[in-house]
Amino acid sequence: MKKYILLLAMVAGMLATASAQTYVTRNGQISFYSKTSLEDIKATNKQVFAAIDLSKKTVAFSLLMRGFLFDKQLMQDHFNENYVESDKFPKATFNGSFTGAVENKPGKYPVQIEGKLTLHGVTQPVTIPAVLEVQSGSLSGTASFSVKPADYKIEIPSVVKDKIAQQITVQVSIAGTPLK
Amino acid sequence: MKRIFVYVVLLLVSATHAGAQDSSLLKLLNDSMDVQHNHYAVTGTFKATQLVNLPTTESPARKNLQFMIMHRFGKLNDGAYALFGLDNAEIRFGLDYGITNRLSVGVGRSSYDKTFDGSLKYKVLQQSTTGMPVSLSAYGLVTHFTQRYSDKPYLNARFRTSYTAQLLLARKFNSNLSLLLAPAFTHINLVPTPQDKNDVFTLSAGGRYKITRRMAITAEYNYLFNNQVVSTDVSRSLSFGWDIETGGHVFQLVFSNSRGMTGPYYLTKTTGTWGNGDIYFGFNITRNFNWSKR
Repeated sequence: MKKYILLLAMVAGMLATASAQTYVTRNGQISFYSKTSLEDIKATNKQVFAAIDLSKKTVAFSLLMRGFLFDKQLMQDHFNENYVESDKFPKATFNGSFTGAVENKPGKYPVQIEGKLTLHGVTQPVTIPAVLEVQSGSLSGTASFSVKPADYKIEIPSVVKDKIAQQITVQVSIAGTPLK
Repeated sequence: MKRIFVYVVLLLVSATHAGAQDSSLLKLLNDSMDVQHNHYAVTGTFKATQLVNLPTTESPARKNLQFMIMHRFGKLNDGAYALFGLDNAEIRFGLDYGITNRLSVGVGRSSYDKTFDGSLKYKVLQQSTTGMPVSLSAYGLVTHFTQRYSDKPYLNARFRTSYTAQLLLARKFNSNLSLLLAPAFTHINLVPTPQDKNDVFTLSAGGRYKITRRMAITAEYNYLFNNQVVSTDVSRSLSFGWDIETGGHVFQLVFSNSRGMTGPYYLTKTTGTWGNGDIYFGFNITRNFNWSKR
């Protein structure tokens, strides 16, 4: 009987330590910016699902393309209808791992994230420099990188070519809490 | 034996746990996302606020102003002498403004009969990915023609006014195909003879099919029920269009046997027939202006 209790305690302890290293959020923020001399376009998604496992050094993101909100409703409609085709490809996901030491005490730690970004049904390898910040009971992260629509087979018709940047800047900001 | 069993269980538990942790951070996210966010509004049912003449469930978003030019040339069967109708044209200018994302208000002026019109469109139901299968908008239109007739001095303001109410029921079946069904009731204050009905019922059906991401083919048919308009030889309005969207503009190239572009005219006063070649070529152009900052 004692043994059982011991084993149970071990299992429970193992689960606890493993999950304490995983941080998740359902309201991470991702914005993208397209700057040209003719038009600035900006959209923000505040419903990004993200998870970081500090022990395994893995990172994952998942978000609905429809969650991106634009200043102009028409732009938002066109974004979903014509560019990223949200009906066919509702989600964008990222799955990867990071290198760089992140200690289990409060502080900021620069890391290098490598992984696969899937957008508009196309998967591309990406490398993203990021900063992870450990606080007591939470983990936040910020990153900025750029994406070429052409790499993800997002066609930009010639009439609006001058209004949409070739390189879109993406900014990521998340604050995760331990997975329970 | 018991001890071995326990250790095996422990081993299994730890193995599955590790495995789950390792490969499935993304799976974990996707699973919880599927539970939380499987429900959103279906947008982009149609490209424009009208198919050809028939209003759609689309309307300008809040604080958006849409300027529209509608143009109908003469009949194709006017022949080469009138350059197949291009020699003369009817035009309508329209402005539509989104008060909320569901409610819009519009004004317009057609050269046909020198008619002014005012309209309201309200989205009652919004199609969504789960749950609501259709979008439903209510559309109300008042027209008032100002053409001067020296031989009809009795034409006062009341006699010049007509009303149309339409229920617009639409469903986007997939990203390419959307269909629209629209019963309508038109009240015409003055009709030519006592046998003509003042209250006219019609049933319209239409749809669009996207041929590329930015182009669509549209069609609409407006069925006028028998024995309502009897003094003039009216036919039913059948129209086809080709929508081309570029940024803030939508161009629609249209062919129709109706020359009028607002409710009472195309629904109850269409005289052309396709068979005779009474086909009016024309176009609708919309331009959207935006003032909202979110």
